[in-house]
Amino acid sequence: MANLDFSSIPPALGYLFGQGMVVTLMITLVAASGGILLGLILAAMRLSHRRWISVPAVLYINFFRSLPLILIIFTFYFLIPYVLGWVLQSPFPVKVGALNAAFISFTLFEAAYFAEIIRSGIQAVPKGQIFASQAIGLTHWQMLRYVIYPQALRNMIPPLLMRSLILFQDTSLVYVVSLTDFLGAASNIGQRDGTLTELYLFVAASYFVICFVISKLVNRLDQRMKTVR
Amino acid sequence: MESMIQLCNVSKWYGGFQVLKDCSLKINQGEVVVICGPSGSGKSTLIKTINGLEPVQAGEIRLNDRRVNDKEAKLPEIRAIAGMVFQHFELFPHLNVLENLCLGQVKVLGRTHAAAQARGLSLLRRVGLHDQKDKYPAALSGGQQQRVAIARALSMDPLVMLFDEPTSALDPEMVNEVLDVMTDLATEGMTMVVVTHEMGFARKVADRIIFMDEGKIQEDCAVAAFFDDIEGRSLRAQHFLSKILRY
Repeated sequence: MANLDFSSIPPALGYLFGQGMVVTLMITLVAASGGILLGLILAAMRLSHRRWISVPAVLYINFFRSLPLILIIFTFYFLIPYVLGWVLQSPFPVKVGALNAAFISFTLFEAAYFAEIIRSGIQAVPKGQIFASQAIGLTHWQMLRYVIYPQALRNMIPPLLMRSLILFQDTSLVYVVSLTDFLGAASNIGQRDGTLTELYLFVAASYFVICFVISKLVNRLDQRMKTVR
Repeated sequence: MESMIQLCNVSKWYGGFQVLKDCSLKINQGEVVVICGPSGSGKSTLIKTINGLEPVQAGEIRLNDRRVNDKEAKLPEIRAIAGMVFQHFELFPHLNVLENLCLGQVKVLGRTHAAAQARGLSLLRRVGLHDQKDKYPAALSGGQQQRVAIARALSMDPLVMLFDEPTSALDPEMVNEVLDVMTDLATEGMTMVVVTHEMGFARKVADRIIFMDEGKIQEDCAVAAFFDDIEGRSLRAQHFLSKILRY
């Protein structure tokens, strides 16, 4: 322990956060917003009474939840260029690019999880609320808009934030397609200076502080919403 | 006299199980009718068919002479004719007390916010809760929540009030404050259908008692006959009465 040398970190902070963390945050934000949007559609489909609408959503959700994320990233990076090339009748594979592959694979993967959170948030609203809304004469859409969705949103915001936090951690997997995220940037520095241990310790501490603080905040938000319910 | 509520040979099945068997019933304007019977006898289901919350497979239901169980029926419009109070209150937890009373008035009746609030406040005063108007339902006791729920139903100016076991989820000391509000309503001439086990309330306030068992209307008679002419009742009703009137 005594001969750990952290001196290479301060001059590298600009690179670690200005470039590495930016990639990490970009993937997190794109995949979280895209995934929640797609998740909303999937959840609405899944709750439909028409089987031809609900079954595709169930298949999608189960498909993506039963595959390792890393496999999906590989698929989009290596396989999709050939598929696109074949679809577009191009003689060469169509270049997707590492960052686009990451955006697409994380979005599609997370959407499956977000969809389940949204669905259970809606289903957690008691059936009696539906009766009460109908009894005062609200139409179906008024009921969803003024009674069900506001309560469902309160149910689902904390777990959606927690899931986004997991996504933030999982983005470190993009090293497999040679993208330099926060973790990747740190190992670049560590390899250059021969201080891998120090850099990894620093990365671990950074992830811990960020995630710990955010998860505490989410818990507080959750408690506040419980008292309103 | 014009019937406010009319059920004609209503039957309902949950899969293969028949919960309502050929139920027929007429309730006139201004009448107070109590529905009682053992649990699982279909009382709650029956009262929910009146405003179309529970669909039925056979028979005809009319509310203020408008057909309820019809594909063409404008259910939201018809449902607003009847106010309903539930066993578990079902106030909207994300809205405060006054907002609970205003939602239907504004969205369904098209009243302005100001008019809805004025009406809401006068109803809250009537149930003795105007000082709680800014609280959220979770901050109120069960009895208070149920009184707000009654005020919410009244805010729609209903012609009929439906009560589905309004006191059975309440602590004993809160039952009376709710029954008092209901008794006042009955005295003012509101048409009321009440599913309840409160036999004291039934005896004092109701005009008629309907006794249900196994999805059938077994008895439909005047209050005096139900309680005082016990020998004249069906065996099932006698058995039920002997159980609930023992203490």
